[in-house]
Amino acid sequence: MSKEMIKQYAIRLGDDAVVQGHRLSEWCSNGPFLEEDLALTNVALDFIGRARMFYSYAAEIDGGDFTEDSYAYQRDCREFTNLLIHELPTGDFAFSMARQYLMDEFGLAFMECLESSSDETLSAIAAKAVKESRYHLRRSRDWMLRLGDGTEESHNRLQKAVDDLWGYTAEIFELDELEQGLANEGIAVDTTALKSNWETAVAAVLGEATIDVPQGDWSIRGGRQGMHTEHLGHMLSNLQFMQRAYPGQEW
Amino acid sequence: MNTGVRSTDRIALLPVEEHQRRQRRADSTCPQLWDALDSVKDPEIPVISIWELGVLQDVELREGAVIVTITPTYSGCPAMGVMAEDVVIALREAGYSNTEVVTRLAPAWSTSWIMDEAQEALREYGIAPPGRSCAGEHAEICCPQCGSSNVHSVSEFGSTACKALYKCDDCSEPFDRFKPI
Ligand SMILES: [Zn+2]
Repeated sequence: MSKEMIKQYAIRLGDDAVVQGHRLSEWCSNGPFLEEDLALTNVALDFIGRARMFYSYAAEIDGGDFTEDSYAYQRDCREFTNLLIHELPTGDFAFSMARQYLMDEFGLAFMECLESSSDETLSAIAAKAVKESRYHLRRSRDWMLRLGDGTEESHNRLQKAVDDLWGYTAEIFELDELEQGLANEGIAVDTTALKSNWETAVAAVLGEATIDVPQGDWSIRGGRQGMHTEHLGHMLSNLQFMQRAYPGQEW
Repeated sequence: MNTGVRSTDRIALLPVEEHQRRQRRADSTCPQLWDALDSVKDPEIPVISIWELGVLQDVELREGAVIVTITPTYSGCPAMGVMAEDVVIALREAGYSNTEVVTRLAPAWSTSWIMDEAQEALREYGIAPPGRSCAGEHAEICCPQCGSSNVHSVSEFGSTACKALYKCDDCSEPFDRFKPI
């Protein structure tokens, strides 16, 4: 299996993590209360940390002048290969929590599988991530129950969030040629195999939260191919501002 | 508590990675370098050293260069960069100017590697220690101020990634708990 493919895969996982982490970090100082503010930014840090590990690995395979920072700060929208769901704006608190829950439920299962990757570095990164993911999931799951089964207002907002997010979950469980090839070699995670367990777990939590599982009659895809929503560009203009204004700046 | 168990039997209770780590230090041909690094503390918890924390994995002397291997605690822990810098500074003060700090991810760091003395130091510092259990397991959490186990969780995420926030229902003090992972 070519190292170039593993590099691309590491960049994808780094992109997922950096975009997810950045969106969570936008809650910093905007959380509904202090403890929640701390929690959101702590989780954001975990994802930024993962992005660093995946990007560093990609840079190491590349062997050129690229560093972890080059991947985060010196690429444009179309070069980012994150799943679309991560780049959607934070929205209200219910939207952020719903996204977090849907992705935490997936993320824990994903990292557990990646831990048995035949690639040693991917496996090592996953082994760290699994431990953190358990905490992430426990927290976002609690919020689903609290918001869904809370007031009429929180219930309605959560239902709308889940409805608006649902169509973005389809591409999580699809493999393109690159990932299929790596999955066949035991390097990448075959996410198609995670779908039914995810659906069962999510349906159970939504049920307990008195939230209806959406019909699933629409879906949007394209993140892995660099086809993004309009939101990613705005996010990057914020994330990359310093490096664009002062290339190579360090402090 | 002295139960008459031979120390070799007790070592077997350690996680195997932790046993190997202590063995590396015990067998090291450059013990003075390990000793020099005992002065490097976790910048956010200045009562425990990176050795006691389990972050310091290996120290080697190769052709005049010191290779220090550390393992990160949490993926995004901002203190890791500071610890790496402090390692270089501590060795420079000990007379070694050529130091390389290598980060190793596997095996993944665990709070079960935090040594007993350090767990006690955490408690005295006002942080409820993680204990030796693994993530997800329930260990009794006691207030580091009054020792009461009548406590409740305020948030799973505290002032840093590695801590959760609790409150004591007896003495009313809020406190941090080092989360087991
Ligand atoms: Zn107390």
